[in-house]
Amino acid sequence: MPPEPVQVVKQRRDAALARLAAGVPYIRELGIVFERRGDELTTILTYAEKLIGNPALPALHGGAIGAFLETAAVMELAWGQVWERMEGGGAAAAEIEAGRFPPLPRTIDFTIDFLRSGLPRDAYARARVNRSGRRYASVHVEAWQDNRARLFAQATGHFLMSPDMSPDGE
Amino acid sequence: MDETVRKARIAARFIEALPHARHLGMQVLETGEGWVLMALDYDPRFVGDPETGVLHGGVVTALLDTCSGASVIAHSSAPDATATIDLRIDYMRPAQPHRRLYARGECYRRTRAVAFTRALAWTGSPEEPVAAAAGAFTLEVR
Repeated sequence: MPPEPVQVVKQRRDAALARLAAGVPYIRELGIVFERRGDELTTILTYAEKLIGNPALPALHGGAIGAFLETAAVMELAWGQVWERMEGGGAAAAEIEAGRFPPLPRTIDFTIDFLRSGLPRDAYARARVNRSGRRYASVHVEAWQDNRARLFAQATGHFLMSPDMSPDGE
Repeated sequence: MDETVRKARIAARFIEALPHARHLGMQVLETGEGWVLMALDYDPRFVGDPETGVLHGGVVTALLDTCSGASVIAHSSAPDATATIDLRIDYMRPAQPHRRLYARGECYRRTRAVAFTRALAWTGSPEEPVAAAAGAFTLEVR
């Protein structure tokens, strides 16, 4: 069988990511979007006045930054699971294609480190899964604005994976 | 009007006027020396999981962060400004859908440069918390 045309593959992946994100109302409410390079995700917080917590500076609200980082962490885990199913083919891939996603991981705890104030402009985040077990996952998130090496916030969180979402099955 | 009450009302109005607090509809219900009780009403736009209607963790984070920071300001020796250094949130149970979310923040220790806070969020009763937060805040005097 010849390999699938690149556009078909790309479209399928983008559609799955868009559907996954569209399933969470608060992602849209905050103005969060995702960019994909292969399986790598960048989470983007699009600047809007409603995100401001300190109008005098002005600076982004700590709560908005926290929600942004937590979204990046949860999506990293969820997208990892979707990717595995989608690329594995068979019945699991068909489920994803039909828009049936596994339940989202649940946050156990989340610690946000506010390194400097968030400027009134777009922010970017990338998450790294440091441990992904049968039930628990540990994720680290880095967020920046103008300069990738100059983080304005980072976070570490632990997440409970629903049994059928575990990477090694259950 | 009592000076403490007057200060508390000014602080409440100031916090409620912050764009992100206004966007989420945060309200300051009560304040005291070093503590603040806040709430926000349920809104389908704030949902994290449409299957269950449970609020997104980020909404809980925003309320806990705000009432923790507010508890630093709600103090007789109030600083001119404060900013979150770090905040840890433990999620104990999902927020009940269609219920008002409450949070009480308390500043339990202040040094010259840092304030330490703890906060609790709940929907039904504070005995059944949705989340708990521990925070450290800067104390800025201009």
